[in-house]
Amino acid sequence: MDDFQGRRTHESAEGSTADERLAELFAFLRRRVTGEYEIDEFGFDPELNEKVLLEALRPLYRHWFRAEALGLGNVPADRGALIVANHSGTLPVDALMLQVAVHDELGRPLRLLGAHLVYQLPVLGHLARKSGHTLACPEDADRLLRKGEVVGVFPEGFKGIGKPFSERYRLQRFGRGGFVASAIRAGVPIVPCAIVGAEEIYPKIGDIPALARLLGLPYLPITPLFPWLGPLGLLPLPSKWLIEFGEPIRTDEYAPEEADDPMLVFDLTDHVRETMQRQLDALRLRRGPAFPPIVL
Amino acid sequence: MNTHTPGEASMTRTVLVTGVSGHIGARVAIALAADPEIDRVIGVDTAPPPSPAGEDGAVLGRTEFVRVALRSPDLIKVIRDADVDTVVHLSLVSGPGGGRVSGTGGGRPAMKEHNVIGTMQLLAACQRSATVRRVVVRSTTAVYGSSPHAPAVFTEDTEPVEVSHSGYARDATEVETYVRGFARRRPDVTTTTLRFATLMGPRVDSPLTSYFSQPVLPTVLGFDPRLQFVHEDDAVEVLCRTARADHPGVFNVAGDGVLLLSQCARRTGRPVIPMPSPAFRFVSGLARGARLVDFSPEQLALMSHGRAVDTTRLAAELGWRPKYSTAAAFDDFLRSRGGPGDLPRALVDWLADFVTGR
Repeated sequence: MDDFQGRRTHESAEGSTADERLAELFAFLRRRVTGEYEIDEFGFDPELNEKVLLEALRPLYRHWFRAEALGLGNVPADRGALIVANHSGTLPVDALMLQVAVHDELGRPLRLLGAHLVYQLPVLGHLARKSGHTLACPEDADRLLRKGEVVGVFPEGFKGIGKPFSERYRLQRFGRGGFVASAIRAGVPIVPCAIVGAEEIYPKIGDIPALARLLGLPYLPITPLFPWLGPLGLLPLPSKWLIEFGEPIRTDEYAPEEADDPMLVFDLTDHVRETMQRQLDALRLRRGPAFPPIVL
Repeated sequence: MNTHTPGEASMTRTVLVTGVSGHIGARVAIALAADPEIDRVIGVDTAPPPSPAGEDGAVLGRTEFVRVALRSPDLIKVIRDADVDTVVHLSLVSGPGGGRVSGTGGGRPAMKEHNVIGTMQLLAACQRSATVRRVVVRSTTAVYGSSPHAPAVFTEDTEPVEVSHSGYARDATEVETYVRGFARRRPDVTTTTLRFATLMGPRVDSPLTSYFSQPVLPTVLGFDPRLQFVHEDDAVEVLCRTARADHPGVFNVAGDGVLLLSQCARRTGRPVIPMPSPAFRFVSGLARGARLVDFSPEQLALMSHGRAVDTTRLAAELGWRPKYSTAAAFDDFLRSRGGPGDLPRALVDWLADFVTGR
């Protein structure tokens, strides 16, 4: 909350009068309608991200989930890093909130590595690119890390985000450890990140696999509110969120070629996973109940 | 244009340029012919160069034009008799509609014959030749395809995720295969393959430049592809540099940076009509029939998924970067077409004045 107020005062100092702010808005509009803005080679549009996309997510982060970010000092301020986080919540709201946390609390854009599915879908694919994300493949991961970006990855993938509510806060199997190899190649630290709160937003109590297959989706969830309440069932439950960045795990003591040593990659992947599970358990205890007791 | 890599052997004497009736081919031939270190430039093509209404009277300057099909035995004779030492192969055509293969009736089979069989014949002639020591081939970044499953930025070593099944991209892929085979069999010959991004500039006539000249721009709903352009001047410069000195290997050629299709459209100031992918295909079919815009299947994929390439290898090899960024190349093209429409900007200005009460 301190950070939130800090940002506000900072903002009002920047555009002191309403006139200036209005002029700024029109300058923004003029740039947008004439296409005079820059995007990077991945399609990242920093201005759109900052002024429109993140702006739409901030109320959710601050007021709906009352999210707090911890361990901010563990993310390097000006170098590349690989944030490895747990994935949960049926819909990837945790990815969006992590993006707000890294951008607003650390002042750096987060470049997530996303599933193929995202980039196949209309609208979603290009919005993901415009907010700085790209496909989870070694080429893109290496490239972003070499450029010194903060890259985020959810190694559990669909296994994590689509797991039933009964398995909440239990890390699923990590993929093939490609993220560890990328970190070793780039020599950047791995920052384990625990996200507590996303598990409760859409408690997945059932699945309709046949229909999911038909729609080409990895799963089709049943939650206490969905599909019973229709679109209203898409409203995430207002759980309390904590996002904690853990102590960085160094990879620069390995030579880049050691990324090709599968044993090393397996071991390091396991180490990261165990660290994250411990971190997740502790953070869950620290948060306490997901929802405040209802006082009548 | 006259900067030479130091230590370059002064052996470059006779250059053969294929596809010399095309815009880029003609410009490369003129630039090379103007180079005092090059004695002779022979231009070949299936059709004669456009009538000399151009700037300096003779369109091709000092270049000697020989009208010959790549797949005819005459070509072997030309290479042998003229002691050609450098071959610049630019005659890859991107669509069956182009007039340059019309000599054989046109259509996709003729295009493939021209592109693939023509290249095979040319390389066969080069392999036989005792004088050829440098071969430069124009290819395209379309060989990487456009796919949501591919890396965001292609380097020269990236294998395409899905091999293109259609037209130009497939021809270029096959051409590159033959070039690799040739390079293996004749390691003493320096082989350069240049993969060009979409050409852009005042005098470029391509499906994409005709697309951006339409009064309204149809786009694929829900997609906003990344596009990359290389300015025609830069393309000519790269071809001349690789024709004058040894730069073996495969190189991507593109202006710095990328533009989104939406950004390009906004820069033109023209309205866009987003439509679902099937409707977009239907409309581009109509446009093709009406000879407005000749989009091939791989260009349709490009309009959904886009493509960007890494150009650091070229910059490191040549010690040179394209003068025009992707955005600058596009703006230069727009200027030549009467500049962007100003309606959206005017609207914002009007709104600003209205709100601030001026």
